[in-house]
Amino acid sequence: MHNQDFFFQALIYLGAAVISVPIAKKMGLGSVLGYLLAGVIIGPFILGLVGNEADEVMHFAEFGVVLMLFVIGLELQPSLLWKMRKSIFGLGGLQVLITSVVIAAVAVLFGFRLNNAIAIGLILALSSTAIVIQTLTEKGLLRNVAGKSAFSVLLFQDMAVIPVLALLPILATWGSSINLAQSDLDKVTGVSSMPGWAQLLLITGVIAAIIFIGRFIARHVFRLVAETGLHEIFTALGLLLVIGIALAMDAIGLSPALGTFIAGVVLAENEYRHELESTIEPFKGLLLGLFFISVGASINFNLFVEQPFKILAYVLLLILLKFIVLFILGRIFKLRKGYDFLFAFLLAQSSEFSFVLISFSIQNQLFETQTAGILLLVVTLSMTISPLLLIFNDKAVRPILSRRENKQDFDEFDEINPVIIAGFGRFGLALGRFLLANKIQVTIIDSNPANVEILRKYGFKLFYGDVTRPQVLEKAGIEKAKMLILSMAEHEDALKIAKHVRKNYPRLRILARAKDIFHVFEFYKLHVRITQREMFNSATELGVKALVQLGFTRYEAYRAGRIFKHHEEQVLEELYSTWKEDEKEFIRETQRFSKQLSETLLTERNYTIHESDDAWDVDSARKESIESSSSKE
Amino acid sequence: MKRILVIFAHPAIQKSRINQQMIRALRGLEWVTVNDLYDNYPDFYIDVIKEQQLLMLHDTIVWHHPFYWYSCPSLLKEWFDLVLEHDFAYGKKGTSLEGKDAISVLTTGARKEVYSEKGRNRYTINQFLIPFQQSAALCRMNYLPPFVVHGSYTIPSEEINNYAEQYKKLILSLRDEKLDKKKMNSVEYLNELIENNA
Repeated sequence: MHNQDFFFQALIYLGAAVISVPIAKKMGLGSVLGYLLAGVIIGPFILGLVGNEADEVMHFAEFGVVLMLFVIGLELQPSLLWKMRKSIFGLGGLQVLITSVVIAAVAVLFGFRLNNAIAIGLILALSSTAIVIQTLTEKGLLRNVAGKSAFSVLLFQDMAVIPVLALLPILATWGSSINLAQSDLDKVTGVSSMPGWAQLLLITGVIAAIIFIGRFIARHVFRLVAETGLHEIFTALGLLLVIGIALAMDAIGLSPALGTFIAGVVLAENEYRHELESTIEPFKGLLLGLFFISVGASINFNLFVEQPFKILAYVLLLILLKFIVLFILGRIFKLRKGYDFLFAFLLAQSSEFSFVLISFSIQNQLFETQTAGILLLVVTLSMTISPLLLIFNDKAVRPILSRRENKQDFDEFDEINPVIIAGFGRFGLALGRFLLANKIQVTIIDSNPANVEILRKYGFKLFYGDVTRPQVLEKAGIEKAKMLILSMAEHEDALKIAKHVRKNYPRLRILARAKDIFHVFEFYKLHVRITQREMFNSATELGVKALVQLGFTRYEAYRAGRIFKHHEEQVLEELYSTWKEDEKEFIRETQRFSKQLSETLLTERNYTIHESDDAWDVDSARKESIESSSSKE
Repeated sequence: MKRILVIFAHPAIQKSRINQQMIRALRGLEWVTVNDLYDNYPDFYIDVIKEQQLLMLHDTIVWHHPFYWYSCPSLLKEWFDLVLEHDFAYGKKGTSLEGKDAISVLTTGARKEVYSEKGRNRYTINQFLIPFQQSAALCRMNYLPPFVVHGSYTIPSEEINNYAEQYKKLILSLRDEKLDKKKMNSVEYLNELIENNA
């Protein structure tokens, strides 16, 4: 039964995803690797649950990439894109050009004919949009410097696919007698037989139409559909839009992904943007997952088993070449402090578009089956290894780098001040501004280079450095300082520094930002008694505003806030002493936690905010007054 | 027409039936500004410039507060300390308040008999108000007799409204200059004038 077959396949794919992705995420491997492994496991070489149709599935799942670019487009305003033009064309252009040349040169060394070598270079120069963007999103790096640069490169690559598609048949005919290419090209890019100006006109026309529809018509259609209140129709409209554009782009020989990306950008300022995004999101996620699974399932292990070392060497060579080019380019484009490594590791694999280009080359008889098979395998493996490279970067390269940077790259302190502030994020910024406004001389140290860079632009003087390192504190003049304020968000680090400083500079005052009540206690243990729970005050302040909105007079609400804070301070002392007594009994720790929590809550319940307003509470005086007047009568 | 500024200070207005009613009676009156200090400055951070401008924009200044410990609630004292600056309110150049009228409006828990030579408090209200009177004098203002609501502890709820109405009448008469200056200075409390008029 065909239907049963379909459902069985779906069962396998979904089951594999549901089982392996959570496990991969738990192990810190990221979802992409989870999907890829799932694919390998259900593929023909391990369980054999799926076979040849994996290719078909992959073709279908490539639509996930198209949807992904649409969603990315939605998040990019045209102005932002315009700002990125330098890195898109500069960085992206150079990456494609140089990587292609380098790979082609190596291919020639391996004995390939020049035209084949160039084709290989062009094919392998591309990087996987799907893997990189998915990883960046998952790690929250999309807005980071390296993330943005990587995105620019990917964007350029997507555009580059089109001319490469046109170039491959020419390469195939060049210097060989086979001449089938032109007609094959026509199958894929029907417009390529037109004269150049007509092609240009058509492409411009279609893109103009997309922009026009997105700008002026889409809004009304969205509103009409939204007014029906039928969410599924909105979903249908979203998908219709994307599929329509993808088909139109395909028809004129442009990359569907690029087309939907443009459409996304055009719709970025539409008021239905968020709704559209959340509509497309689940489809995108599932299809991308499916795509990764099918990549995993289509790895040709037969070819691999025949000559494993050779294939592995190819993969490593490919990644190495791409890495070197990317790293140098990253440096040239001012990526530093480890972002150069991140950027290079991110893009060092080949792309899902490489599959497209390889199969297209086969059609054009550019490669032999054997070569094409090896190429496919190399591309797939490079994509599979890609998430591992990032883990390698996180676990191995970054720690070494930051250790070395501490010696070289940290700022030199050119002044010694009585107060040192460690950490200048949201918390430290408010604190530091307050002290500076009061003409207190402070030395501000922050370990986040991006943060340092931004705040310097706003005119703050701050030093880039890692305060957890004793040398940095020494250089900042901790010996002569009067006070150290630990305002960093890294709670464990703050405790570590407090411990170190207590021991070595016992006379220095330490003030600390604390995460929660238990963090406060840890500081108490170190005799750091002046702490501030990071959320406590602002939460109470908002509570005061809430009381005013609920009809309390402003002063009543203000006092309620003050009384509450004061009460908390008192309870804190009591709780600390109970906590200290029990501290050694490790087993009872959790019990204590809940017990103390209920104790706190009990105290809260018994206390009323009016208790210290008794002075103005005339009830007792009134009572007495009434009693005395009635007794006289 | 005189412009009236009522500077009101009560830290627990939500508990005071009488003061709530009195203030409510003034809401919406033309040429009358009610400046609720505890509402505007719950954290005691007084906007001195704004307060001084308010003073200059009005002709008659009313200090309305419950009588706490023979004086005013602390925020009103803070207001005196900060707003009535040298060179603004007093001193050679401090003539901003010159010629304006000043009146105290008080509520007290105890009945009037308690505020007399033979009563528990041993002094009259006007004796207790000497610091206010002299402060006004230093600012070259005319300090008029106070408007006092005595025995707020024991006033039956149905009478509260009468006091509020009297208060409103007083403010309107001051605004419309219906009270004779001489008569005003001859009474112990301004209440008497309003009661007689009615």
